[in-house]
Amino acid sequence: MTERSLLVGPFNRVEGDLEIRLDVKNGKVAQAFANSPMFRGFEMMMIGKAPMDALTITPRICGICSISQSAASSMALGALAGRQPAPQGALAAAILHGVENICDHLTHFNLFFCADFARMAYEPRTWHARAVSRFTAMDGSAVRSCVAARAQVLHIVGLLGGKWPHTLAIQPGGVTHAPTARDRIRMQSTLAAFRRYLENVLFGAPVEAFARLESAAAVTGWDRGDAGLFMEIAADLDLAGLGPGPGRYLSFGAYPLAEGRALAPGVWEDGTLRPVDSAQIREDISHSWMLGETAHPAQGNTDPDEDMTEPGYSWCKAPRLDGRTVETGALARQVVDGHPAALDLVRDGSNIRARVAGRLLEIARTQLLLEDWVAALRPEERFMEDISLPADGSGEGLVEAARGALGHWITIRDGKVSNYQIVAPTTWNFSPRDANGTPGPVEAALEGAPVGADEDTPLSVQHIVRSFDPCMVCTVH
Amino acid sequence: MNILWLQAAGCGGCTMSLLCAENPGVFDLLADAGLNFLWHPALSEQTGSEVRALLSQIEDGSVPLDILCVEGSILTGPKGTGTFQMLSGTGRSMLDWVTTLAPRAAHVVAVGTCATYGGMTSAGGNPSGAIGLQYDGSYPGGALAAEFRGRAGLPVINVAGCPTHPDWVTETLLLIAAEALRQDDLDRLNRPLFYAENLVHHACPKNEFYEYKASAEKPGQMGCMMEHLGCVGTQAVGDCNIRGWNGGSSCTKAGYACINCTAPEFEEPHHPFTQTPKFAGIPVGLPSDMPKAWFMALASLSKAATPKRLAENAVSDRVRIAPTLREGRK
Repeated sequence: MTERSLLVGPFNRVEGDLEIRLDVKNGKVAQAFANSPMFRGFEMMMIGKAPMDALTITPRICGICSISQSAASSMALGALAGRQPAPQGALAAAILHGVENICDHLTHFNLFFCADFARMAYEPRTWHARAVSRFTAMDGSAVRSCVAARAQVLHIVGLLGGKWPHTLAIQPGGVTHAPTARDRIRMQSTLAAFRRYLENVLFGAPVEAFARLESAAAVTGWDRGDAGLFMEIAADLDLAGLGPGPGRYLSFGAYPLAEGRALAPGVWEDGTLRPVDSAQIREDISHSWMLGETAHPAQGNTDPDEDMTEPGYSWCKAPRLDGRTVETGALARQVVDGHPAALDLVRDGSNIRARVAGRLLEIARTQLLLEDWVAALRPEERFMEDISLPADGSGEGLVEAARGALGHWITIRDGKVSNYQIVAPTTWNFSPRDANGTPGPVEAALEGAPVGADEDTPLSVQHIVRSFDPCMVCTVH
Repeated sequence: MNILWLQAAGCGGCTMSLLCAENPGVFDLLADAGLNFLWHPALSEQTGSEVRALLSQIEDGSVPLDILCVEGSILTGPKGTGTFQMLSGTGRSMLDWVTTLAPRAAHVVAVGTCATYGGMTSAGGNPSGAIGLQYDGSYPGGALAAEFRGRAGLPVINVAGCPTHPDWVTETLLLIAAEALRQDDLDRLNRPLFYAENLVHHACPKNEFYEYKASAEKPGQMGCMMEHLGCVGTQAVGDCNIRGWNGGSSCTKAGYACINCTAPEFEEPHHPFTQTPKFAGIPVGLPSDMPKAWFMALASLSKAATPKRLAENAVSDRVRIAPTLREGRK
């Protein structure tokens, strides 16, 4: 049979619901359609609410990027008030957010992504026994040590934010808990323990050595720790040859501090970096189960098509920047920030290996940032400004979640929310086709993926999809 | 005992929280109690056709199911079809899967306030028709009828919380495995009493402020948050401040209000979450089991007796005045 259609689902280890439909011709994916099959309607829930309720409601869109949602809503509310958080409050918020992001990358690498290398289908490979020992779902030794290290480093979120996920600590004025000198020393101890884990287990070398790699060859030739095991597997399976991205990389810039964003914002394409112009964003709904028109999120609305009529095939809208698809995530963030190894990794376009490598680079860099930030905490200073909101106005909050560019747009009238729109990172990466018929980034990345004659849940497709680290609960929200 | 875990319409945060279990970690904790996952959507290897085959085997009874855990609300919309959440690859709604599989399970556990009562997914106008497994808000009867019982005889066990504390989930599963969870061990809303017999107020670090009604007026201040900032820890069930989260913390320890996330309908408090509703300047909600007249009398008395230390610290972002030390007696 040279032509067949496959429906891949339940698609697990993608944080939420995903269904991929594949048209397969001559052993390759000819066309792919990404369906986000769950709709909750958070934007609709926000209408009529007190604006500050966004801080309680919108983080609950997502249990894995909860702090990212919190940071975006807080920033949108701050923009609405025309105010900045207390500088030390912004620093504490960056620490909270950085810990979540580093945990998300670790969870992705160890629990969501590498588990597939332990599959029996790879038994003939020279590395398979080691992959089984390290990455077997729930049982692998890397999985176990990752979960333990992650739980421990999340004590920092406990200390500053009360609990994870769904903290209410981040507010437009700063954070609700002013850390003491004792809190700071505890966080430093926790980070020291976490560094030990990264160096002994993930990198097999000092964090700095990995963070400061300067070329793609140095990254892909890394041979220590689980990062090294991944690079060996990636070379053997030619993961660099699978899952090409659109070649346009979007980052809103991560960690807004008083002195600017710690990682630069921008759009990188064909060797040039340009500023992000959020006015160029449109959400196309031609292939979504949504009623209405293509619009900028500040003017957008969410009205689900209950009849789920064609050509719609997903609850996800299709955001486009200046009419075009973009890739967002850790790799894009490092490319836009100008990390030399990340830039080198995408010299011939993004791919599975580059995305995973981008996340590993970012884990190392984030550890260094966190150490600097905790050292820079000044317990004697203020961590919260008193900010009150106007009765009318609008605000935009652009942040970087672990998975990429996240935006919140709020409009209030007479002290109540009159519109609220969210574009999440996976909305960009897993968008359906637009009015021009252009597939979303993951749909395009799947075209050409090899499908074995006896495969009904192709491994290549699983690797490509998971390389984007989709967060499907954020996607539609 | 085996566990099938389904993620219905939620944020996945209860699984993320579960991974924060410590001493020992979640995988050891469950394995040591003889509990294993048939499938978990975030943690298992199997994808696609492998999962569809497993679900068929559970449905036709060839794989007996001991515990069905459901995380997330059950969506009934649009128009009662449940198609706002299709279990991908199966052509069937999650509503259909959950109502089909629940009667096969010896025990059904609703993990988190979405799964128990509808939770945040049912906020606002409830655009997706979200309900809980066996409750619709505080009303019995959700995706499963109020009379539903698992094969072992219990109703849906409601491990409410947004998110749930990892220990609330693991200890519930451990008690089930030990055959040590009975109807008497659940409260009226079927929450395990081992955590629901406490109030968030218990062991709250702001208790001394509460005693003297020394209140925080703005976010980030140290005083009690009941009078102005929407805290309902005196009415909310949970051992958050006794047990501690993520290394021993809690919402109130981090300086923000308890919003009663273990309760049905917490998502719609009918006032802004972090503002206390008042009538004639007096907070509307009273501490659980407190006669109103006594509360008023004690509150006005204690407010008048508030030491300077507490009055000042309450409206500060840190301790300005430390407790007075006794002089030595030698």
